[in-house]
Amino acid sequence: MLAYAFRRVLSAIPIALIAVTVCFFILRLAPGGPFDGERALPPTVLANLRAHYNLDQPLFMQYFIYIGRLFQGDLGPSMVIDGFNVSDLIRIGFPFTLTMAMTAFVIATIIGVIAGMVAAVNQNKWPDYVLVLAVMLGVVVPNFLMAALLQLWFGVYLKWLPAGGWVNGSWLHLVLPVTVLAWPHAARISRLMRGSMIEVLGTNYVRTARSKGIGERLVLARHAIKPALIPVVSYLGPGLSYLLTGSLAVEQIFGLPGIGKYFVTAALNRDYGIVLGTTILYMFIILALNLIVDLVYAWLDPKVRYR
Amino acid sequence: MQTLTAVATAGAVALMMSTSVMAATLQLHNGGDPKSLDPHKVSGDWENRVVGDFIEGLLTENAKAEAIPGQAESWEISEDGTVYTFHLRDGIQWSDGTPVTAGDFEFAFRRLFDPKTAAGYAYLQFPIKNSEAINSGEITDLTQLGVKAIDDKTLEITLNASTPFFLDALTHYTAYPVPKHLVEKFGDDWAKVANIVSNGPYSIKEWLPGSYVRSEKSETYYDAANVQIDEVFYHVLEDQAAALNRYRAGEFDILTDFPADQYQWLQDNLPGQAHVVPFLGVYYYVMNQEKGPLTDIRIREALSTTVVREVIGPDILGTGELPAYGWVPPGTNNYVPDAYHPAWADQPYEERVEHAKQLMADAGYGPDKPLTLQLRYNTNDNHQRIAVALAAMWEPIGIKIELFNAETAVHYDALRAGDFEIGRAGWLLDYSDPSNTLDLLKTGVEQNGVVNWGNNYGRYSNEEFDNLLVEASTELDLVKRGELLAQAEQISMDEFGAIPIYWYVSKDVVSPKITGFEENAKNIFRTRWLSKSE
Repeated sequence: MLAYAFRRVLSAIPIALIAVTVCFFILRLAPGGPFDGERALPPTVLANLRAHYNLDQPLFMQYFIYIGRLFQGDLGPSMVIDGFNVSDLIRIGFPFTLTMAMTAFVIATIIGVIAGMVAAVNQNKWPDYVLVLAVMLGVVVPNFLMAALLQLWFGVYLKWLPAGGWVNGSWLHLVLPVTVLAWPHAARISRLMRGSMIEVLGTNYVRTARSKGIGERLVLARHAIKPALIPVVSYLGPGLSYLLTGSLAVEQIFGLPGIGKYFVTAALNRDYGIVLGTTILYMFIILALNLIVDLVYAWLDPKVRYR
Repeated sequence: MQTLTAVATAGAVALMMSTSVMAATLQLHNGGDPKSLDPHKVSGDWENRVVGDFIEGLLTENAKAEAIPGQAESWEISEDGTVYTFHLRDGIQWSDGTPVTAGDFEFAFRRLFDPKTAAGYAYLQFPIKNSEAINSGEITDLTQLGVKAIDDKTLEITLNASTPFFLDALTHYTAYPVPKHLVEKFGDDWAKVANIVSNGPYSIKEWLPGSYVRSEKSETYYDAANVQIDEVFYHVLEDQAAALNRYRAGEFDILTDFPADQYQWLQDNLPGQAHVVPFLGVYYYVMNQEKGPLTDIRIREALSTTVVREVIGPDILGTGELPAYGWVPPGTNNYVPDAYHPAWADQPYEERVEHAKQLMADAGYGPDKPLTLQLRYNTNDNHQRIAVALAAMWEPIGIKIELFNAETAVHYDALRAGDFEIGRAGWLLDYSDPSNTLDLLKTGVEQNGVVNWGNNYGRYSNEEFDNLLVEASTELDLVKRGELLAQAEQISMDEFGAIPIYWYVSKDVVSPKITGFEENAKNIFRTRWLSKSE
């Protein structure tokens, strides 16, 4: 398995290079540039800015300059947030996004798995209906609306929790954003777990176990949970990627210092450096998570073999 | 995690400290993330709020945003209005104890125009002698700039020509000093939080991108004794609805913007807290006058005269923006007292529509041959609402509008390239002078065989208009100058060089805890003049 993991890591390098190249050229071909704002800059000023960021060089030269810097670990400057370079922004913002996403991920996974099991065991009874309703809310209500509603209820009316910000860095500031992030994720997991568990509970070996007189809890723990988790695990990798990359709205609404919003803001502002830097970061996260999921999958299902 | 821990610890310590001394902390909703803290690298009003609190220029603003002495306590102006001699205050210093000298100003102006600095807003100080030539690289000797430190306390600035708004322009951050000793040591990194110093009322202490900038009162500021707020958080939050929620939750003391559709709610539920006042800026549509049907003045007239401007502010936007028939915003300094007001604005709307139909018919369009025009706007709910409303207003005169929206960078790229028929634009004044808006309609300048139209997206061109602006630029008598510029405005508006739609308003919400907030047309309120009761 180690050799397999090593091969996967090596194969990620050309994939990453191709992705960076494609992203670089697509970005440069898009209309508009980082200095196209409401106010036209005088040509002299514009020329100075373009020279400062090597944008006056031929496109291929710009590409080689970028790749050359990249191999030295330099993600280059931000063209829109001048006070920081891209590495600085990732260093400051990513730990926050990671903390928030991982917290949401753990909570959502635990709640989703338990809720899915409870619903499956109580199929077509009231706990099942309640959970299905909660799942529907989590999936149907968009996160920006849920964020605004929670902010209004718990921040403005009840004043139980901060309505946003990260001024004093208290964990209380994370409660609402993590709830908004975790809810739809937990909803999807519980739906997967419910379906998978119902299927497993109907298999022959579970019936055999029950016929031997083994208690229902032991049947669940020993025979049902592990196989029922397989589809859930398949979802966890993409799910975590989604949490890491999809925190934009949450970071925007709650005014949190994460990296997610930089990606979209930078894309709109044609801040080439940040878009490429965050793309590279997200790409490695997704590649790493896919690898981890594949390895966990093999552990859960011994039938899976790697060549 | 280290960052989080550090932030949490710093926050906890700050909280404990603030509690123990009952310091007044201003929680200011500031909108976007600053691009930089370096005055030569910023360009937005949200950056101005931060930078203008920690650096002070030769002149600064009072509570009403009028120019008052800042680091300079006095000045003289030569008779021809081209040489300004400033005398700095005694005892002014950077927050590290280094004296602020005339040399810092001389150094800052040279840095501003140095092409290597690539300062995006350098052009605002182009009235200074040789500044434009230095910025373009035509002159490489920076000592040729019209800014000279006569001694540590005296600074002389020479202009190309008399410029009535120059003192006002000196309150702008492009004219702020930078600490020569630190810029020489750290280069552009001088403005990083670890290195930065201040000469203004506040000092930057922390910047957490995406969340806030924090500054504290500077004890080295010459007027520190009268500064009431001890600490300021400039919060980053672009979602206006979320910002309003946080204001209602008591987390913000001042909102610098709010959703227009909440104005009535604010008036009903938080009476007196919303401050919506005219702001020096014009929202307008440009019409391509270089090619296509809009080169025909009759069509431009038909378009402009059938816009019902009175419904846009109160009904479409909900915040009461004032209808604009002229080009120079009311309240602009150095101008004539009576705003431009065309005769057709007072005609009944039906008459205007009939006249517009006739104009269209004369231009060769009618019910059987409608004119289809594309209207481009940058993606924004309000821009869309206005575009839809105007399209409906133009339908009765036989003009069909195709709406086309794009993100800001793409939109302005298309406008600059002349790739549009009608386009949305807006202009907020950099300094209070009519030339700042009238310059938008100046004929482009040919450079290297290409005409650079600058911000004149519609490519309106009139020689008489251009000549009046040139004449005004050398006129020392402010009254005569104002009249010349008013003539220019009349020419451009009578020719429908663009369609002014409304005058901007600023939209602040201020907690009753805050005193010292003064409404003004620049929407500049320095923290120095505010105080807060707990």
